[in-house]
Amino acid sequence: MIRELHEKLKNQKITAVKLTQDYFEKIKKTDPKIQAFLTLTEDLALKEAKLVDKKIKRGEEIDLLAGIPGAIKDNICVANVRTTAASKILDNYIAPDDATVIDRLKKSQAIILGKTNLDEFAMGSSTENSAYGPTRNPLDNERVVGGSSGGSAAAVAAGEAVWSLGSDTGGSIRQPASFCGVVGLKPTYGRVSRSGLIAMASSLDQIGPLANSVEDCAIVLSRIAGEDLLDATAAQSANKRYEDYLNGDIAGKKIGVPTEYLDGLDPEIRKIFDKSLEKFESLGAKIKLVSLPHTQYALATYYMIMPSEVSSNLARFDGVKFGLRINDKKDDVEENSENVNRSLLETYMDTRHYGFGREVKKRIMLGTFALSSGYYDAYYLKAQKIRTLIKKDFQEVLEKVDYIYTPTTPEIAFKLGEKTQDPLQMYLSDIYTITANLAGVPAISFPIGSIKAGEKNMPLGGQLMGKWFDEEGILNAAHSYEIN
Amino acid sequence: MLKKEEIKHIANLARISLKEEEISQFQRDISQILDYFAKLQEIDTQKIESIGHISGIENVFRPDSIRECDAAVCERILENAPEIKDKCFKVKSVL
Repeated sequence: MIRELHEKLKNQKITAVKLTQDYFEKIKKTDPKIQAFLTLTEDLALKEAKLVDKKIKRGEEIDLLAGIPGAIKDNICVANVRTTAASKILDNYIAPDDATVIDRLKKSQAIILGKTNLDEFAMGSSTENSAYGPTRNPLDNERVVGGSSGGSAAAVAAGEAVWSLGSDTGGSIRQPASFCGVVGLKPTYGRVSRSGLIAMASSLDQIGPLANSVEDCAIVLSRIAGEDLLDATAAQSANKRYEDYLNGDIAGKKIGVPTEYLDGLDPEIRKIFDKSLEKFESLGAKIKLVSLPHTQYALATYYMIMPSEVSSNLARFDGVKFGLRINDKKDDVEENSENVNRSLLETYMDTRHYGFGREVKKRIMLGTFALSSGYYDAYYLKAQKIRTLIKKDFQEVLEKVDYIYTPTTPEIAFKLGEKTQDPLQMYLSDIYTITANLAGVPAISFPIGSIKAGEKNMPLGGQLMGKWFDEEGILNAAHSYEIN
Repeated sequence: MLKKEEIKHIANLARISLKEEEISQFQRDISQILDYFAKLQEIDTQKIESIGHISGIENVFRPDSIRECDAAVCERILENAPEIKDKCFKVKSVL
């Protein structure tokens, strides 16, 4: 879709301003129902679109992504734009500067339409944990969009944006992509700089694109990837243009299917998955059953490491440097009408009490417990050791096969409210996606079928995981599936 | 199951004040998750090294040089603070 729009812009069949306006019109029409956006950046978008149009008029070269409208998850900073992470504690926060990914997108002259909804601080799997209310699935408004990058997935699925950025700590790009029928890529840990991303769990977080096609994801990835002085974990890159690697040929490639992921799989999902395997075979790929023996420990490992890092990262929200402060001023917030004179410690504690939602507080406390004196060895250290075993599983299998292929999720989009009372059930919807974060490998979700649920057909994603820094490999395999 | 006192202690370490009904909620929720972690104790990890950095990079060095911050960015950083005085964040008196 990006290439098509790019040709139209270049040949002056449409202007960037008109294209941008069309998208805002679409947003104003459909977004009241689904609530994908938290903030619209109309002025910023139209200003950039005008600059692109001028360039085209003067006959200058423009980038493939120039003038193409997209949306940004609201935990990624865009300078001078409100950035909330869907939390009350950042309700009034205006990002002072651009995240590295935004800086790069602006250099490409991509158009930023606005900021999208998420679970508070990206903690959740349904976008129901947002302090601003849930996003609804554009395909069935009674169902969730998945999460935490739910707004970014919904915006693309509803045609409110051509592409979007999300962040993925345990499946937060891929699971909503699967629930909404779009493509979502979590790059290798270290492929994309996280500077300017509001940190959740630093050893797992990665920014990545969502779009309607694999090629569009590749185009966005090319523009945001690469090393960065501001994020030491961002690895050196050869400035690849990932879209140039999509030849659609996967003949002779070996695809491993881990048997652990098929145990207890819903029969309807199994049917779709098996059919997709046949398709990969018909394209010349060789399917091989493999084993990732520590899969059963992945969820528990994840839910130990992630909250520990959360408790450390979210210590910065103390009501001093930015965001909400509960203090002794009467007019601050409604919960604070007592007009008490709080001490410094009470200010910290009450700011965090009122500012954070329940799930966030739970994870901070869980992490604080796991890292506290006397428990560190039994919980956090133990989990980090099992993470070594999970990574080793992947290393061994990826020596024998080119890609690992699984369903993205064990289910289709569930109904709003269905899992909010049972945290473990909610966590289980990430069961197939968290291993890629724990092992650090790249993973892509793309639509492979749909299941009839009531009146609607709800989509399901397949997930390809690849070798460290082999984004081009999984992109090409998914592209080959998509175009055939 | 964690005791109420333990939940209060963790909340204090985490600098979060809790209302009475939240204490019992978290007591239930956090205990449920900790029970789930018991699964991890099945594996003998005595000889396993804990993971350092997932993609294997080691220390990344750069010169410790001061980079100027754009004046407008500085201003915007200060504008986000609940209270400032003379270009500094204002904190309540500690003592």
